[in-house]
Amino acid sequence: MRSAATAAPIEVLLVEDNADDAALTIRALEQGKVRNRVRLAVTGVEALAILRREGEHLGASRPDLILLDLDLPAKDGREVLAEIKADDELRDIPVVVVTGSQASVDVVQAYRLHAKAYVTKPIDAKAFLEAVNSIERFWLQVVRLP
Amino acid sequence: MSSDGVPIEILLVEDNPGDARLTREALRDARVRNNLHVAADGVEALAFLRRQGKHAAVAKPDLILLDLNLPKKDGREVLEEIKGDDQLRHIPVVILTTSQAERDIIESYRLRANAYVTKPVDLEQFLKVVQSIEHFWLEIVKLSRI
Repeated sequence: MRSAATAAPIEVLLVEDNADDAALTIRALEQGKVRNRVRLAVTGVEALAILRREGEHLGASRPDLILLDLDLPAKDGREVLAEIKADDELRDIPVVVVTGSQASVDVVQAYRLHAKAYVTKPIDAKAFLEAVNSIERFWLQVVRLP
Repeated sequence: MSSDGVPIEILLVEDNPGDARLTREALRDARVRNNLHVAADGVEALAFLRRQGKHAAVAKPDLILLDLNLPKKDGREVLEEIKGDDQLRHIPVVILTTSQAERDIIESYRLRANAYVTKPVDLEQFLKVVQSIEHFWLEIVKLSRI
């Protein structure tokens, strides 16, 4: 398992338009065992601009992991996922979908578009934190990222 | 989360009986009901997934835990066949291997593994890893059950 002593922090791009969900997620990740830096994008367009280092995002670091909401303003998460996976420079970055949608059409489509995992956001704050903690434990502590 | 009462079917592809036993024990304590099926080589894993021969009546797995170094057919080939098969590609595949080689990590992600996990040698660490897989994939993730 990865230890806290690992040198470089893991770069996480969180794509989330709901300020409360974003704050909870960032706080839970900050409290995790593995050092990480979370960059927040609040729309799909902003997420892709950060990933492609366009405009003001010229100096943005490449994320090691993307947490992607599906229902986003200015370009939907489904489109963002499809664009990431169609882009040779970006397709290797693991994308975990974290969304309010429980629709099985979304679940199936996300896996078909090569999302690594699909997580539905619990409405209850405690359950939401548990979900983020589980993401942190598995993806930051246990998984060897590409 | 899986609260619909139907147990989650897991296929573990593992030729080391000790590791298979430990994984089984760790999953037995899981909060989510699950059925673990073990295939000891790559040929058996694909026969199981395609319900061939004696596997005609088996349940389709919701999650695959795949070792890389396997007799008969290597885990890398098994992964490639799963992700190249329209009937199977939506099933998440978590690589669970002793290999720490960078080329195995890169190749596994290129072949669309959902996550790459190295097996710790230490028993307690191994159980922690399986528990984190269990918590994330069985309790938090919404699997594509089609």
